[in-house]
Amino acid sequence: MDADFFRAWIAEIAAVVEAQRDHLTQLDSAIGDADHGINLARGFSAVQTALAAADTPTPGSVLLLTGSTLISKVGGASGPLYGTAFRRAAKSLGDKPAVELPDLVEALAAALEGVKKLGAATEGEKTMVDVLAPAVAAFGKAVSEGAAAPAAFAALTDAADAASHDTIEMQARKGRASYLGPRSVGHEDPGAASSTLMLHALRDVAARQAG
Amino acid sequence: MKKLINSPDTVVTDALAGIAAAHPSLAVDIENKVILRAGGPTAGKVGLVSGGGSGHEPLHGGFVGYGMLDAACAGEVFTSPVPDQMLFATKAVNGGGGVLHIVKNYTGDVLNFQMAAELADDEGIEVASVVVNDDVAVQDSLYTAGRRGVGATVFVEKIAGALAERGASLAQVAAVAAEVNERSRSFGVALTSCTVPAAGKPTFDLADQEIELGIGIHGEPGRTRAALQPANAIVGIVMDAINADVRVDGDLLVMVNGMGGTPLIELYGAFNEVSTYVTGHGGRIARNLVGNYITSLEMQGFSVTVCHLTSTLLDLWDAPVDTPGLRWGR
Repeated sequence: MDADFFRAWIAEIAAVVEAQRDHLTQLDSAIGDADHGINLARGFSAVQTALAAADTPTPGSVLLLTGSTLISKVGGASGPLYGTAFRRAAKSLGDKPAVELPDLVEALAAALEGVKKLGAATEGEKTMVDVLAPAVAAFGKAVSEGAAAPAAFAALTDAADAASHDTIEMQARKGRASYLGPRSVGHEDPGAASSTLMLHALRDVAARQAG
Repeated sequence: MKKLINSPDTVVTDALAGIAAAHPSLAVDIENKVILRAGGPTAGKVGLVSGGGSGHEPLHGGFVGYGMLDAACAGEVFTSPVPDQMLFATKAVNGGGGVLHIVKNYTGDVLNFQMAAELADDEGIEVASVVVNDDVAVQDSLYTAGRRGVGATVFVEKIAGALAERGASLAQVAAVAAEVNERSRSFGVALTSCTVPAAGKPTFDLADQEIELGIGIHGEPGRTRAALQPANAIVGIVMDAINADVRVDGDLLVMVNGMGGTPLIELYGAFNEVSTYVTGHGGRIARNLVGNYITSLEMQGFSVTVCHLTSTLLDLWDAPVDTPGLRWGR
C-alpha cells in the first residue's frame, strides 16, 4: 500500500462523507447539534484540495496532511479528534514508501490511542472510540493470524458495523450528547457512524486495488 | 426554511463583513474570521480572546472593544473555531502581558482552544484559560462532558475585561474570570427549535404546546420536555433549578437573555417574574441585563443567569465598557 493507495482512501472518504452528509447530520440532530455531516464534508473537501496542491510521496505524508488540514479546517470536536487520529497514524507509518498490513494495524492502533487521549474517552461512552477500538482489535487479530487482505478488511468493517449499531443502546458520557443523559439512548452515535464509514472506505479501496 | 441570507455557505462571512462596515472601532479579518479592536494591542495589557461557533450574536464579536474582549474568533454556525484562528487572534492581541482565553465548556471549543494554547506557548506567548461552565441543567458528573458554558460568559468577558483594562496581571485577570464563573448559574428554556442554515431544517421538533427545559445554546435538546405554561410557572421552574444549586440570596447580577426569537415584551415579563422570585428568596438584583446577549439563531426562548456579586465584582461590572453589544460609562 503506497501513497496512491492512501490518497485513494482519503478520496473515497471524501466521496462517502459527502454522500452521507445529510444522514450524519440527521444522527447529530437527534443527540447533538446537527453539524457532523456538514463539518466532515467541509473538512474532507478541504483535505482533497490540500492533497491536490501538495507533494505527498509517502503514506505517512498523505495522512499527516490529511490530519493537519482537518485540525485547521473542521472545528468542533470532530476536527481535532479525527485530525489527531490521522496525524498519529501518519507518525506511526513514518517515511516508509509503502506499508504492509501489520504497519496499518499499528497505525490504526496509534490513531485510536490518540483519540482516546485527546478526548479522554474510553469504551462504552458512546463515541467514535466504541467503533475504533473493537474494529482495530478485530483487524489486528485477523492480520496476526495471517489473514489475507480481503478477510482482514472484512473483519475490520464487520466489527465496526456491529459496534456502531451497539452505540444505539449506550448512554452518552462524553461530548454534547452526554447532556441528554438517558435521552441519548436509542440513537446511533454520529462519530461512531462516521468512523464506520471511513473504515468501509478503506476496505472498498483495498478491494478495488486488489480486484 | 426562510432566512435572510445570500447562501448558507456565506452566512458567517457576510455577517462579519457587515460588522466591519457597521463598527469602525473594530478590525475584522474576514479570512481568519477574527474580530479585533481597531488600533492593535495595548502595550502591557492582558489580551482577552474568546470565540465559539457563530449564531450566538452579539456574543462574542459584539463584545470586542474597550473594557471587554480584545478579539473574538468566529466559527461556522454552532461549530467551534479552529486552532489556527485562535493562534492568529492570540498573537494579534498580545501586548506583552499575556493572553487569557475565555472558553465555553463544549468539547469542541475546549479541544480547539487547548491546541491553540499549546501552539501559542510554542511561540513564547503566555496563555491562561478559563472554561465557563454555568449551566445547572447539566449534571456535572463523571457521566457527562460537564456543565455547558452559557450566559455567564457575558459576565466573565465584561468583568475580566474591566480588570485587564486596569492593568492587572494575567494571573489576576484569570482569577477574577474563574471567580465570576464559580459565582454564576444559568438555566435556559426553548419554546421552539432553531434551524442551522446549512442543515436547512429545525434541529429538533417541538409540538405547538410543548417546551424544552434545560436547553443549551445550540438547539441541542435539553433535560426534559414539558407543557407550555404561563411565564410565571416557567420562570418558577428555571429559578427553582438555579436556587437548588446555589441559593439566590444576597446581591445579584441577573441577566434575562433572549434566545433570538423572543420579543423584549416577553423578556421584560419574564424579568418581572424573576425579580419577584428573587425578592421572595431574600435576594436583591443589584444590576441586570434584559435582552438578546447570547442567542441561538432564531430560537424562541430565554435563559436566566444569576451571579453572586461582591463589592469588587460590582465595581468591575460598573466600569466603563464600549463595545457594540454593551456600552456604558464612557
